[in-house]
Amino acid sequence: MYVYDQYDQQIVEDRVKQFADQTRRFLSGELSGEDFRPLRLQNGLYIQRYAPMLRVAVPYGLLSSNQVRMLAKIARDYDKGYAHISTRQNVQFNWPELEDVPAILGELATVQMHAIQTSGNCIRNTTTDQFAGVAADELIDPRPWCEIIRQWSTFHPEFTHLPRKFKIAINGSISDRAAIEVHDIGLEAVHNAAGELGFRVSVGGGLGRTPIVGSFINEFLPWQHLLSYLEAILRVYNRYGRRDNKYKARIKILVKALTPEVFAERVNAEWAHIKDGPTTLDNTEVQRVAQYFVDPAYLPLVDQQAALSALDAEHPGFARWRQRNTFAHKKPGYVAVTLSLKPTGTAPGDVTDKQLDAIADLAERYSFGEVRNSHNQNIILADIEQAQLFTLWGELRELGFATPNVGLLTDLICCPGGDFCSLANAKSIPVAEAIQRRFDNLDYLFDIGELELNISGCMNACGHHHVGHIGILGVDKKGQEFYQVSLGGSSGRDASLAKILGPSFAEEDMADVIEKIINVYIEQRSPEESFLDTFRRIGIDPFKERVYAANH
Amino acid sequence: MQRIIKNGQIIDETWHLLPKDASLDGISNCDDIIVPLALWVEHSRALKARDGGLGVWLEAGEEIEEIAAELDNFQVIALNFPRFTAGRHSSTACLLRQRYGYKGEVRAIGDVLRDQLFALKRCGFDAFALRADMNAEDALLAFSEFTHVYQASSDQPLPLFRRRA
Repeated sequence: MYVYDQYDQQIVEDRVKQFADQTRRFLSGELSGEDFRPLRLQNGLYIQRYAPMLRVAVPYGLLSSNQVRMLAKIARDYDKGYAHISTRQNVQFNWPELEDVPAILGELATVQMHAIQTSGNCIRNTTTDQFAGVAADELIDPRPWCEIIRQWSTFHPEFTHLPRKFKIAINGSISDRAAIEVHDIGLEAVHNAAGELGFRVSVGGGLGRTPIVGSFINEFLPWQHLLSYLEAILRVYNRYGRRDNKYKARIKILVKALTPEVFAERVNAEWAHIKDGPTTLDNTEVQRVAQYFVDPAYLPLVDQQAALSALDAEHPGFARWRQRNTFAHKKPGYVAVTLSLKPTGTAPGDVTDKQLDAIADLAERYSFGEVRNSHNQNIILADIEQAQLFTLWGELRELGFATPNVGLLTDLICCPGGDFCSLANAKSIPVAEAIQRRFDNLDYLFDIGELELNISGCMNACGHHHVGHIGILGVDKKGQEFYQVSLGGSSGRDASLAKILGPSFAEEDMADVIEKIINVYIEQRSPEESFLDTFRRIGIDPFKERVYAANH
Repeated sequence: MQRIIKNGQIIDETWHLLPKDASLDGISNCDDIIVPLALWVEHSRALKARDGGLGVWLEAGEEIEEIAAELDNFQVIALNFPRFTAGRHSSTACLLRQRYGYKGEVRAIGDVLRDQLFALKRCGFDAFALRADMNAEDALLAFSEFTHVYQASSDQPLPLFRRRA
């Protein structure tokens, strides 16, 4: 993974000092709450329902064992002993004291971490595929490009106060596991006829109140011009994006108002001025960054098909886990393993300090000392020798990470909701738990198959409900919490937004409602047909009829 | 007399910033004045004929392209921040310095706070009329907050990747 040099380290240390001083001025009354707010947000610090929440940046989800241990230490020393993996691959602490935040940042800086631009109206953490660098279907490793964008976007002077937050994602694979089409900018690696690398550029995707799938405005951006083109997009947005209404301030509203064609023309006109300037990337810089992402010292192994199948036959639990929680690796004899942070009864994405320490140890013993956070709120050990898979499974079971539900209904994405977040209209964690309990039977869960269920506690959509095959949105009706259900969303390559089923439901009815929806699917599906495909074939009406049918 | 920060120093303000609804009436011939864009658009000939210094100021929504061909007339271009988070004119300053090669003073006015100064200076602002309650001496500390910067901008022609030792 990328290692800071003296420049990167100094920038983070200067930031710690700067924020410590801002906090001091706020606490002494020199800086008003109103003036401090945008400053603390740009450092990931929210004032929440019960305490501040600090969001720590995990660039493109990648962490070393040392960094994971530091997160464990912070959870222990400054929080209530746990941390939360967010849907942007970051880590959140829900209970730090405001006064302690400068000290926390100081500790993070010792392991090359920070909370820079994890919130606020600026360029956020650039996200990518959690299997970057190991996926069998990868065209290019997106991580060097994420790091190049991270550096370019860190304290970019022109874009420190954008109309609204700004999220960039990169996909380097055939499958899109980075959900690029629902980002402000989505970049997809492509090769042209001459075999040269470039990016297909999507703009104006996003969730939130006005969910939109992005529009591709450039089919081939040569890699050398990546940063100047991003700069052109950001400049057009910074100058012409709406600032009068925060609900109309995302770039998607501007792209829609201008039309993607006109927006693209504006970007091209701007780009013509700055293209080929000093920000043009060269091989030296790309190689400098890429050297940190070369393959680790893989052994020349062979696939263990027969041995693993034998273990499967002997241990059905292992077979199940292997089916769901492992992912094909580009190197023979290796496999990527997802640690499920979604056992029933735990808030999705939550992990304790002890578990974090254990994960750091596992990473060192099994996976070259690195882990990845996924936007599905799980943790991945990417480089596991197949011959060690069975032993690892045993360890993961003891630690509570072996729930064989990755990609299934109970592996749901869920924001912290009204239990923690002051923006939320409704709680989301208890709904998640009720659904997980209803679908606790593994045979049933496996029979339902691939299903993404996403829950947001309000229309800010941190739980990505618009792109869930089943989406649940908490709404407030006259002071009472209700839940709106939508169906048919997808964040993959064929991105689509979910359609609202109908009137919302009370919390206690949610598990029943989801079960009815699943029953319609089970009855209507053809062999091997996924929930999403069935929905796309039969439409929303059969689901509507079942769920809203009068009780007999 | 108001004091402003200019090129990293605190100096007494000698320019008069005219309000948005200002008219030509009562403008003295020799004062240094910064006029709203509308007044310039309407009375550029009369304003050019004066002996005193001339500047223009732009509201957050006003575009620099309107006066891009006339920049030689202004010793000062002031850009208003109705709220310090209204970052539109950060781009304007970049355009003034990097595209139009403007060498005069680019001044930040309005809700200008200490914590913006480092980035604004990078964009090309060299003068800052701080919000009235700000302590100018303290604000000067902002200019040395960061030792290194990643990007090329008005203050630094090369991105860090072309400067790394």
